[in-house]
Amino acid sequence: MKSCLIVDDSKVIRMVAKKILHELSFQTAEAEDGRQALDACAASMPDAVLLDWNMPVMSGIDFLRELRKLPGGAHPVVVFCTTENDIEHIQEAITAGANEYIMKPFDSEILQAKFSQVGLI
Amino acid sequence: MLKPEDFDFLAKLLKERSGLVITPDKAYLLESRLMPVARTHNLKSLEEIIARMRGRDEMLARTVTEAMTTNESFFFRDTKPFDQFRDVVLPLMLKNRAARKSVRIWSAACSSGQEAYSLAMILKEQSAKLAGWHFEIVGTDISQEMLEKAKAGLYSQFEVQRGLPIQLLVKYFKKKDESWQIDPGLRSMVQFREFNLLHDLKGLGQFDVVFCRNVLIYFDQPTKSRVLESISKIMPDDGVLYLGGAETVLGISDRFKPMPEQRGIYCVTRGGSGTGFPLGGAGR
Repeated sequence: MKSCLIVDDSKVIRMVAKKILHELSFQTAEAEDGRQALDACAASMPDAVLLDWNMPVMSGIDFLRELRKLPGGAHPVVVFCTTENDIEHIQEAITAGANEYIMKPFDSEILQAKFSQVGLI
Repeated sequence: MLKPEDFDFLAKLLKERSGLVITPDKAYLLESRLMPVARTHNLKSLEEIIARMRGRDEMLARTVTEAMTTNESFFFRDTKPFDQFRDVVLPLMLKNRAARKSVRIWSAACSSGQEAYSLAMILKEQSAKLAGWHFEIVGTDISQEMLEKAKAGLYSQFEVQRGLPIQLLVKYFKKKDESWQIDPGLRSMVQFREFNLLHDLKGLGQFDVVFCRNVLIYFDQPTKSRVLESISKIMPDDGVLYLGGAETVLGISDRFKPMPEQRGIYCVTRGGSGTGFPLGGAGR
C-alpha cells in the first residue's frame, strides 16, 4: 500500500482528500503546515505528498524546496493542490521539483487522473 | 414518461440523423439532455419539442441531435492510445512515408477537440524527429457548437486538469480569464470541420491514421459495419485505425484486423470477400 501525506491548513480539505485517497487505496497521514510536513517526512518518507501552497508557519513551496534537500527527499511524488492558478505559480512549483499540480476546486476524478499520470496509481 | 409513439419518433429521428441508437433503457438521457434545449426554445416539455419537430422544425431537430450526441472528451483520454501513437504508430508512419513525408490524421467525432489537440502536442513534442514532415490533423463532428469550441481551443480549468500533464499545460496553454486557451501554433496544426460520419466520407480525402474512439458504441450493428466499411475505403493499405476500449471490429467488419499486441489499434485488410472491394484498391 502506498502512502500519501496530505498537507493543508484546512481541515475540510484534508478530510475530502483523505476520503478520496482511501478510496484509491492509499495510506494517509496529515500535516497542517510545511513545518509539520517536513518533520513528518524526516521521520518517515511518504510515497506521495498532496501539498497546499498558502499555509501558516511554512508555505508549500518552502516545504518542497526543503524536502528535496533531505536524504531520500527526492523519492516522494509531490502534487500541489492549491487555489493559485496562474502560470507563474505553476512554473515556480515545477522548478522547485513538483511532479504535478492541481488547481482547486478539485474532485476525485481530477485527483485520480493526476495521480495516475505521475504513476502513483 | 414519453408516449411510445413520441419515443419512437425521437429514436427514429436520432438514428437517421446521427446513427445514435436510443433504447428505452436510455430514455433518462432524453430528459437530461433535452430539457435544457426545451428551455432555450421556450418549450415546457419533451412532448412540446417533439410536437415542434413533427412540424418539421429543421433547426430544432439539429439542436436536438447535437444535444444527444455530444460526449465528454478529455485530453489524452485513456493515456495508452497516445503512448501507442508516439511509440508504435508514429515510427511506423515515419518508416512507411519516408518518401512522401506527409501524414494525414483524422479525429472522427472529435467533440470539443481534445483528442486532436493531444495528437498535435505529441507531434510538437517530437518535432526534432519530424523536421521536413507535413502532418495534417482533421477533426470532424456533427455538432456546430462543439466545433466552435474546438476551434477556439478554449477550455475550463476542470477540462485542462483531466488528462493533461501540468508540463504540457504550462507549455502549450495561456490563461485567459478563468479559462485556458491552447497555443495558436497548435491550433494551426488542426482543422475542424462539420461532418456526419453516416455521410459519404470521400470528400474528406484519404487518412493514414483514423481515431474513431467511443463512437461506434452508440450505433447498432449494421451501422457499425457500414461506418467501418466506409472508413476503410478512405485509408491506404497500411492505414491504422483506433477504436475505443469497449469497441472492436471482430464480428462486425472484415475490413480491419487487430494489430498484434496493440490493444485498440486495427490495421486495414483488403482480404474481405464478396463485397466487391478490389484488392489493394486504395493503394497509391
